Formats: sequence, C-alpha cells, structure tokens
Amino acid sequence: MSEYRYKMPDVGEGIVEAEIVEWHVKEGDTVSEDQHVLDVMTDKATVEIPCAVNGTVTRLVGEPGDVIAVGTEIMFIATEGAPPAEDESPAEGKADAPKDKPGSEPEKPAEPAPAAQAPSVAARPAGERPLASPAVRKRALEADIDLGAVPGTGPAGRITHEDLDDFIKSGGRLAARAGGAGAAVRAPRTGVTEEKVIGLRRRISENMSHVQRTVPDIAYVEEIDVTALEDLRQHLNATKADDQPKLTLIPFLVLALTKALPETPQANAHFDGEAMVLTKYDAVHCGIAAATPNGLMVPVIKHAESLDIWQIAAELGRLGKAAKEGKASKDELTGSTITITSLGAVGGLVTTPILNAPETAIIGVNKMQTLPRYNAGGQVVPRKLMNLSSCFDHRIVDGYDAAMLIQRVKGLLENPATLFM
Amino acid sequence: MQTRSCQVLVVGGGPGGYPAAIRAGQLGLDTIIVDKHGLGGTCLNRGCIPSKAMIHAATEFEHMSEAAKGDRFGISLSEAPKLDMGKLVGWKDGIVSKLTGGVAQLIKAAGAEHIAGWAEFSNAKTCVVTREDGEQVEITAENVILATGSVEVELPFMPFGKSVIGSTQALELTERPDKLVVVGAGYIGLELGIAYRKLGTEVTFIEALDRILPLYDKEITRPITMWLKKHKVDVHLSCKAKGVKEKKGGKAVLEYEDAKGESQSIEADKILVAVGRKACLEGWGLENMGLDMDGKFIRVDDQCRTGMRGVYAIGDVVGEPLLAHKATAQGEMVAEIIAGHRRVHDPVSIAAVCFTEPEVVGVGLTPDEAKERGEEVITGKFPLAASGRYLSMDAGTDGGFVRVTARKDDHVILGIHAVGTHVSELSGEFALAVEMGARLEDIAGTIHVHPTLTEGFAESALTALGHPIHISAPK
Repeated sequence: MSEYRYKMPDVGEGIVEAEIVEWHVKEGDTVSEDQHVLDVMTDKATVEIPCAVNGTVTRLVGEPGDVIAVGTEIMFIATEGAPPAEDESPAEGKADAPKDKPGSEPEKPAEPAPAAQAPSVAARPAGERPLASPAVRKRALEADIDLGAVPGTGPAGRITHEDLDDFIKSGGRLAARAGGAGAAVRAPRTGVTEEKVIGLRRRISENMSHVQRTVPDIAYVEEIDVTALEDLRQHLNATKADDQPKLTLIPFLVLALTKALPETPQANAHFDGEAMVLTKYDAVHCGIAAATPNGLMVPVIKHAESLDIWQIAAELGRLGKAAKEGKASKDELTGSTITITSLGAVGGLVTTPILNAPETAIIGVNKMQTLPRYNAGGQVVPRKLMNLSSCFDHRIVDGYDAAMLIQRVKGLLENPATLFM
Repeated sequence: MQTRSCQVLVVGGGPGGYPAAIRAGQLGLDTIIVDKHGLGGTCLNRGCIPSKAMIHAATEFEHMSEAAKGDRFGISLSEAPKLDMGKLVGWKDGIVSKLTGGVAQLIKAAGAEHIAGWAEFSNAKTCVVTREDGEQVEITAENVILATGSVEVELPFMPFGKSVIGSTQALELTERPDKLVVVGAGYIGLELGIAYRKLGTEVTFIEALDRILPLYDKEITRPITMWLKKHKVDVHLSCKAKGVKEKKGGKAVLEYEDAKGESQSIEADKILVAVGRKACLEGWGLENMGLDMDGKFIRVDDQCRTGMRGVYAIGDVVGEPLLAHKATAQGEMVAEIIAGHRRVHDPVSIAAVCFTEPEVVGVGLTPDEAKERGEEVITGKFPLAASGRYLSMDAGTDGGFVRVTARKDDHVILGIHAVGTHVSELSGEFALAVEMGARLEDIAGTIHVHPTLTEGFAESALTALGHPIHISAPK
C-alpha cells in the first residue's frame, strides 16, 4: 500500500509556519489532485491549499488554530492502486459512510452490560452529600447550583459535567429553587459557547491588543455639513454614464484626504515606536475597513492621490467585493498609509476607532442625518449632517495638528467644488 | 511610626499563611505577610519536615545497627555505627533553612512582601508590627487572613523545662537521651518516640486512653503495637501523668497513676510531653478584633470567613484537623475569594498520615465510622506481605496492609486505610479516589504499575469485590 505524505507547504517567502484555519476533508475522504483540501493563514492572507495526488485521506495532523511549521507532515493519503479497505466500490468507499444500508437487517439493540459487576443503585437518601468530582462541584458553585437537586447519571449516581449541563439547560435551577413546585415558565438562557479564537479573528485580537497597549491615542470628533456634497453626489449619480460606478460618500472623503494630508504628513505615515522611526509617505494608500464574513479586513486603495472620483469608487467597489469573497490578495490587503472606517450606514453618532498600526491616523465615518441648524440669517433650516470620528497616534500627531487636518477635510467636504480644484 | 496599607495582610507564615500570600500575590493583590518565627511555620521549622528528617536518619541508623549485629541480606558491618546527634541536628537544620529560604523567594516572586516581626492588632483591620530591631510599622489592611497556627500543649503540673520537653525541643537535642518517657501515644509522640528508639534510646509510653493512635481502629494500629513490642518499647495505657521530680545528675522521675489507680513512677533522662496542640490565640491582639470563637478555636464558615467582614482565619487556628495540607488548601482558597472568585472549602475528606513504624495513612471513613453513620459497607483488605515489591523492600513481616471501605449497594469508596512501610506515598491516590467519588470498580479497572505498592490498593478493591488475584478469594 503506497502512502503519500503531504507536508505543510511553503506558502510565501520567508514563511516558516502557518496556522491551520480549516480542513475541507476528513479522514476517510477520497481526494483528487488539485482539490481544495485545506486553508492556512499566514500574516494577513488566507491561502487555499490544493491536494497533490489522488487517493484516500488516512490521517490528518493538526486542528484549526494549530500553528504548524512548514515541512511538517500534515496529511497522509493512501494513493490509488492501494487495495481498497473494504469490498465496496471506491465511489462508496468512504470509511465514515453509515453502516446501515437500506434493506439490511435492523441492528439488534445492544445487549445490556453484564449485570454481575454492576451493583444495583438505590436512590440516595435526601441530605446525603452528592457524589461529584471537585471540578463538577466547583462549576456548580460558580453557577449557583445546589448539586443535591441535580440527578446524576454516572456510576453510583455520580454527577457528571454532562448532568450539570443538562440540568442547567432544562431550567432545573429555577425549578429547584422553587422547591420543585414546577418547571420554570421559560427556560433560562445559560448556554455558554467556548470558541477557539483562530485565523483572522486571532490576528485581529492580537493586533488590537497590541495597539491598545502601546499607542496613546487622541480622538477627535467633528460635525460635517454634507448638504452641498449630497446634492453633488446625487447629481453625479443621476447623470453618470452606465459604465461608471455609483458614488457613495467614501470616495469623496478619500479625495478630501488626498488633498489635505500633504499639509499634515505625520498623519499619513508609519511609526515604529521601538526603533523611534517615523516614515512619512507622499503617496496616499488608503485602507478601507470592511466587514467580511470572517471578520474585519482592510483592503487598500493604492495611490489614491493619482485617481479621480470615479476611479476611486471603482477601486473601492472591486476591493470590497474581493475582501468579502475572501479573494483579496496579500498585496491588496497591505501597505495602507491611513485608514477609513465607516459604520455610517449602520448608524451611530460617534466611534473611537483603534489605529491600524503602524499607521498614525484613522478616520471614522458616522451616520448622516437631517437635523435643524441655524443659517447665517438666524433661521432654522434642515441640514444634512454627519460626524467624522478620528483617532491619531498622539506620540506623533499633536491635538492641534489632528484638529487642523480634520478642519481642512471639513472645509473640502462642505465646499465640494474645492475637492476638484 | 511608619504607616502602611495593603489589600491583604496575612498574619503567620506557616503552610496556611505563605500559600495564601503567594496566591494573593499571583492574583495581583497588594499583599503583606507578617511572621516572626521564620517562614514555613511549625511545619517547616519544628514539625513535619524536621521530624521526617529525624525519622529518616533514625531509620538509617537502625538498619546499620542491625547490620552490625549480624548478617542483613548479605550486608554486615564490623562495628556498630556511631551517632553524632549534633551533626544530625545540623543536617536537619540545613534542610529547614533551604526550604524556608525557598518560601521567602516564592513569596517575593509572587509579588508579596514579607515583614519579619510580630503583629499585634488594635482593631480587626489594623495592627502594629514590631520588627526584630524594635522598629514599628502600623499596617491597615482591607482584608486580613489570620494564620497564626498552633502550639504544643503543656501540662500545667509539669511545664517544659530541663527534663520535661515538647516536640520542638525533642527535635533539637544534641545528645541522645539514654532513657526517654513519652507522655501521649498520639501520632506526634509515637513518631518521635519510635525515632528515638531507632537511635538506640530506651523508650516508654504513658497514654491516658486505652489505646495508641486513638483516631484509628485497632486493626490499623496493630502493626505499630507489634513493632513496639518487638523493639521492647513499653506502652502503659490508661495511665495518667501526675508530675515530675527532678533528680541530681539531670535525670527526672515521672509520677503517674496506672490503670488500676495506683501510683507509679518511672525514671528518665528526658520526658517528652506530646498530648496535643492548641490554637495560637495569645499575644497578637485577638481580643481587640471582636471575632466569634468556637471553643478554643476561631469560628469560621466554609469559606473561612470569621464573624468580622474582611477577616478570614485558616489552618490550625480554626480547629481540627490540624494538618498543614488543610491549611494550605484554605489559604489558597481565601486568597481567591478575596480576589472575587467563588470558592468553598468542601473536601469529601482530608487524608492524614502518621510517620510511625510502620507508617499509617487514612482517608475518609473507617468501617466503624461508616457503620455509625448508618452505612452498610463492604471492606477489602490486602496484606502487603503478598506484594512482591513489599518483600523486596524487606518489609514483608511488619503486618502492613491496605484496606478499602465501600458502600455495599453502589460500591462507592467511603474510606481507605493502609499501614506499612512507605504507605504514606499512597495517600495521593487514596485522596483522589475518595474526592472523585470512585467506586471499587474504578480502582480495580485502573491498571496499577507493577512492581509498586499501589498494586495493593487495586488488590484491596478486588478483594472487596470478591476476586483478588494475589491472595485467596475471601469466602
């Protein structure tokens, strides 16, 4: 029987280990060459790993969340030509196929275990100390459950962890409190789901913790009157050519940043706090935070300063789609010099976004709403208003400079003609 | 006077106090531990550890003495071994200082602070600590953990002095007494008396009750009685010590009333009084703290809370059992409770060990105790003489055995007792079995390593189930 040993491949330059995100096959599955069998994560990109041979998976090494060195044997495949394990046709040869086949004899119920060793278990008298391990007792105490009220299914009526789970799920806790006077009206929701934080979510967690620990930030919130900008946007959308993308507010903000940032270059920069080096960029590579099914991703509009409003919108649309589908390349997910995060469509008055380190600025877009404001003549008029909630690395960007940048952006957005000068 | 404040103040650095301080430090609580008589308390300085060192040395000496008397499995010595008690005590002190130094480092590493001095409380949360050099510091704490421990009980009519000694002095003697009388045949008296017997001292026990080791049944204590008889140690039961008369030449005479009520006397070089221990309640301002008492102990609930909010007490000062490992468990627990965890002291049982000859270990209920509680029980007793490992340790004739007591209907193990050479090391599995609610089948179904004494536990479970392998099945 020939066995193919599949090793953790080298998925990128200089990568020495990768994290298993998901297996798409299980032991016993037949696999074919180039079949997508595994997702691994390195740095910021998830990489799909294809199989190299045809055969049957005999063993998988490593679970999602495990970080495995490149070159480690992770999948064992019995290659074709090897004798089939059972006299079934290969197409049905999955080892985990259900044993019951239609028309086959119903299985006899399992024989009860020999009774010779099993002592009869009388119900324990009330008040007797319940039988449970220290770990079960500790959990019960923490959940405020009297173990005396929990039926035990273990040997000699021992209360197992599962018994405790069942008791909680069935609402037994309330029933027990009421002196057994009846089940609770509504089962309390006490379920707890423990989840391994892996893959992208783990990266996000690590990055966020790192930034929050190391960067003293300053938040700055300003109200922008976008009445004129909205008029322009609606006009452009109404008159655009068919091959031009629909404009949202974000491309205008990107455009405004490309105009304003050269005057505050420290906000379009990377800061290495350990080396004490600030790298300021002439280019504006604008990261756009996007919610994807896997979590937060930040595709990057490269050289936004070289694009016009339609190109920015088109690039934004293309990158957003790629990120949501998990198809964004590593290049498209790295290299930003400043980041925009927008929850405006969902709502929300103010946010305090966390910096996309090592960047020194992040601009948050809040919801737009029509609100009454006084005009120059002292009359109350309806205006379309929107907050920008921004955060800056205060080690690099002083409050004054942060305010000046946002005020320039405000000026540009409130006088949209200036965006195009 | 300097003033300090902290979140946790631990008073007493014994096996209750120092783990409490370490755990509190680990949990990020601002912690001070005050102790005057050396970290490690009675356990490390004048109890568990020094006595075990002494017993180990005495056993080595005894083996060599036997080899000098004749052929001991092919090993013989041409002359009797020599004993230098001063060096023996020095070796023991070396072990103690190594361990106490380690405790100091652990406390420091956990982020707690040790102040060497004596604390005296003016109210429940405030005390003045007087350091060795007389300097004083006032400490106010959000939480107080009292871990002051216990001291040996003195008999009022024969206080400790030149000839009358307690267990502390018995571990410090730099000359071996030729004749030792031990008043009290509980575990402390027996451990020390047997050690001295092994060192060559002539030993006599005077015990007020009608049996030795009253916490254990006679089946368990029989191998010890056998050893004492074989080594010509007189045990006078049901006898009451009445007083001591010092004699010229350093000797003393103990007067006692025998079982028939008649006055007797016995001469000795030293008279060791080992009649128990009492909570250390004096000299540190307990009377100013307003705590509820439970007889001669501080009253606490199952979370070691006293009647005063934020004041906890742990270990010997809260009562039976006076065992280091109970104190440690309570200390860790209280630190976690202060840190906001939900904890309770609810062991099914606390194992106890006597380093007598042979050793005794007990966890949970004896068959008699179980019956008193209304349980119908089955027992399984496996003689260690049927263990290959036991014979290979030259222990086959000491009468050792493992005995398991289980409930008859569901086979849940209620108690495990063993007596024999080195059986103290079985205590961990015994305690685990009882704590996890093991049935006889769980123990019988666990593969025990051959050749070890632990096989004896599996065999005792098999015996209770009626089918042991290495002895004939009980009819």
